[in-house]
Amino acid sequence: MTVLDRWVRRVAEHPPPGPFRARFWRSPLRGPWFTAVLSVALLPGITLMFLTGLASYAAYNPNLAPGNDTTPGKGLLGSWLPTWPAGPSWLYWVNQGVHVTLGLVLIPIVLAKLWSVLPKLFEWPPARSLVHLADRASLLLLVGGAVFELVTGVMNIQYYYAWPFVFYQAHYYGAWVFIAAFVVHVAFRLRRLVTALRARSVIRELRTPLSATRPEPPDPDHLVSPDPAPPTISRRGALGMVAFSSLALLGLSVGQTIGGAARSTALLAPRGLQLGSGPNDFQVNKTAAMAGIGPVDDSWRLEVNGAVSKLFSRAELLALPQHTARLPIACVEGWSTGVQTWTGVRLADLADLAGAAPDDQLFVESLQRGGGFGTVTLSAGQVRAADALLALRVNGADLSLDHGFPARIVVPAIPGVHNTKWVTGMTFLVG
Amino acid sequence: MSAMARRESIQLLALLAGFAVAGYAAIRLLAGNPVGIGAWFVGSAVIHDLVLFPLYAGLDAVLVLLLRRYPALACVGGVRWLNYLRVPAVVSALLLLVWSPLILQLPTAFHAASGLSDQPFFRHWLAVTVVLFGLSAATLTARIATKPEDAA
Repeated sequence: MTVLDRWVRRVAEHPPPGPFRARFWRSPLRGPWFTAVLSVALLPGITLMFLTGLASYAAYNPNLAPGNDTTPGKGLLGSWLPTWPAGPSWLYWVNQGVHVTLGLVLIPIVLAKLWSVLPKLFEWPPARSLVHLADRASLLLLVGGAVFELVTGVMNIQYYYAWPFVFYQAHYYGAWVFIAAFVVHVAFRLRRLVTALRARSVIRELRTPLSATRPEPPDPDHLVSPDPAPPTISRRGALGMVAFSSLALLGLSVGQTIGGAARSTALLAPRGLQLGSGPNDFQVNKTAAMAGIGPVDDSWRLEVNGAVSKLFSRAELLALPQHTARLPIACVEGWSTGVQTWTGVRLADLADLAGAAPDDQLFVESLQRGGGFGTVTLSAGQVRAADALLALRVNGADLSLDHGFPARIVVPAIPGVHNTKWVTGMTFLVG
Repeated sequence: MSAMARRESIQLLALLAGFAVAGYAAIRLLAGNPVGIGAWFVGSAVIHDLVLFPLYAGLDAVLVLLLRRYPALACVGGVRWLNYLRVPAVVSALLLLVWSPLILQLPTAFHAASGLSDQPFFRHWLAVTVVLFGLSAATLTARIATKPEDAA
């Protein structure tokens, strides 16, 4: 044995005081079964978060035109995504409602899971082998990634941009860093998860009161305390508290996604406030004042470019065949306007007037200056969708300035900000 | 090669593959502001593990220790009240943690962007908190009332 070996062994056998010593951790609830129950909830939950997140990213059609792409350097992390469809109309609404609301619901479960495995952070020795060291490094990506995604998501839906980065890039690339670590983590713990779950009956555990709560038997991962304190809460009580916290977050926010009368139940979500009962009294992503739009007068003209170029006044647009569509607008932030009744000119009709080809895309420009999403490129499928409109009226009234007067885009199933407001130019382009 | 060693090599390979994908994404994540973004990423884990966890676990441990030291205080009407405090406190604290930007009116852009008032969130959180503690107190009272005398 070399001097180095002896020294390493000495350090390994003498953990520093405090959390590095197993007896520091005394909760009688920690154990493989308790952790496994939380993991069983997180596994499908996190998978769904990743998939809805990826779908939300694809919904911006980043591969259609450079202007749609908030992550031009994405490379293999999305260049293969297909073009987003123009329906069913609830597609983005449901996707984004699930992504944001589920994210909120998972927060208590993630925190409980981290609580259940926290002694592992202070494992001693810090690394037993190369594999162990690599595994622990991947846990930094896993935990850092999970908390980073939750924190950036939660801050973004509250308009709290207190970070030194662009949200879209950070949240998207952060998700890929996380999911890489997550897949490996799950793959090498799935068997342990199944074993741990089989060790105890869920039904029996739900019938076990505090007076009968005992620690789990010692486990090879040392999650179970070697010196457990008397329990102060049953396992069912602790899990119930986590579930109740998730339900509270769900119940106090989902109304902003559903809209209508349910909106008032979203007491703490950003878009839980009702605006009124008028035809234009529904949620606005960006007010006219915020977008730097002053009053728009009769001199406004819409420039439509295709094989031919035309200028339209609002009266001329109103004189064209009008189509009415009942569509929701859903924001990436998870809230929705609920279904509104939009009236205007079909994008397909405008395409025909401009002499556009059936597979032409549409580049839309807004009067909005500065800020994000003043322009968008829509796919040929979106342009030709039956309910894709240049809307002039909503719920039987003229659009208000906040909702995009004199004219705005409304297309089924696209992210809210792509329904461009205060439209000033439309150019049909070969895709 | 033993089964254990084989398993370890496979795990090492999988971890390296995971790092390759994560690294590919991390290069893109960190582009522009490596220090700032890296600090937020690592800081997320550090703040949870070394600030948030010690804070809530410490508060709970102090409470539990006090009740263990003074057992007479731990019961009211023969019922242990600790969890009737824990549950509403945990839910209320979580709601505050998640919605703190709006509750504390930190985002400057919220009103300008949405046209909505940013005033009611603190009031709503307070009301929800009062209801949570109220429901918990009512449940505790019901428990005390229905408790058999001999078990007290």
